Amino acid sequence: MDVTAKVKEIIVDELGVDENEVTMDANFIEDLGADSLDTVELIMKFEEEFDIDIEDEEAEKLTTVGKAIEFLKEKLN
Amino acid sequence: MRLENKVAVITGGARGIGYSIAEKFASEGAKVVILDLNQDSIDKAVAKLNKLQEDATGYIADVTNSQQITDIFKQIYKRFKQIDILVNNAGITKDNLMMRMKEEDWDAVINVNLKGTFNCTQKVSRYMMKQKNGVILNIASVIGIMGNAGQANYAASKGGIIALTKSTAKEFASRNIRANAIAPGFIKTEMTDNLSQEVIDKYAEVIPLNRMGTPHDVANLCLFLASEEANYITGQTICVDGGLVM
Repeated sequence: MDVTAKVKEIIVDELGVDENEVTMDANFIEDLGADSLDTVELIMKFEEEFDIDIEDEEAEKLTTVGKAIEFLKEKLN
Repeated sequence: MRLENKVAVITGGARGIGYSIAEKFASEGAKVVILDLNQDSIDKAVAKLNKLQEDATGYIADVTNSQQITDIFKQIYKRFKQIDILVNNAGITKDNLMMRMKEEDWDAVINVNLKGTFNCTQKVSRYMMKQKNGVILNIASVIGIMGNAGQANYAASKGGIIALTKSTAKEFASRNIRANAIAPGFIKTEMTDNLSQEVIDKYAEVIPLNRMGTPHDVANLCLFLASEEANYITGQTICVDGGLVM
């Protein structure tokens, strides 16, 4: 599975942003306009799509697209 | 038809005030899903509701069981593809003077009334957030505002529901989810039949409208708050109590 593509697709879908904006450095809140509820929804979507559990302490660190992708790749391996 | 094509989940919906709300909603076009503990009561209620509006269903559910509630909401969403209204109505009493109240009676009432409301709100919020639309109605009580001797557990649970309602309203307002509490006063149901005549007489004296309310009175308020007419009302506690609290 192409984790990067899937994560980007989820972000585009959940946050209603343009695919071009979803760069590795993009911060969910500062760059992609997410609010705190959006980030919770995103994490829940990741959990659902990848069938994993993400602890609150882990979730707090996933502030950018790159960090989320890196975390999920590691988690799935 | 003020609730046409809406899907409404009502906990404790097989009997008492919950059933009256279910009946009112169904008669206004809502597809009603009742959650209750007893299959027989559910079957009887669903049969009656289906005469008002097709698609009424029911599930055996214990609102204190988080996992079970998660599964049931998943099933409901899968079936109807939407959940527009949640009425947290399931509630119990285990009255006693505080000096005589058993720990398990405290826990049971807090668990069903308060934790049950939290559980269902938490599970349904996922779907309502996705829809960016939803109404949550929490059945509190005037006892949660006034307190009552012999009902420390019940009063605490209902006061807790009022605070929970406000937090719910604030947390989900940005997703167009409204949450309001309804505080019934003395309403004639099986639950108040358990109260001593002394308690009933004492309160009848201080109700300005000088009579007990009916489940119908509560259902009418719920209908208004669930309808689009109440689109700008959230985080409120509205009493339906004949003027008892003012």
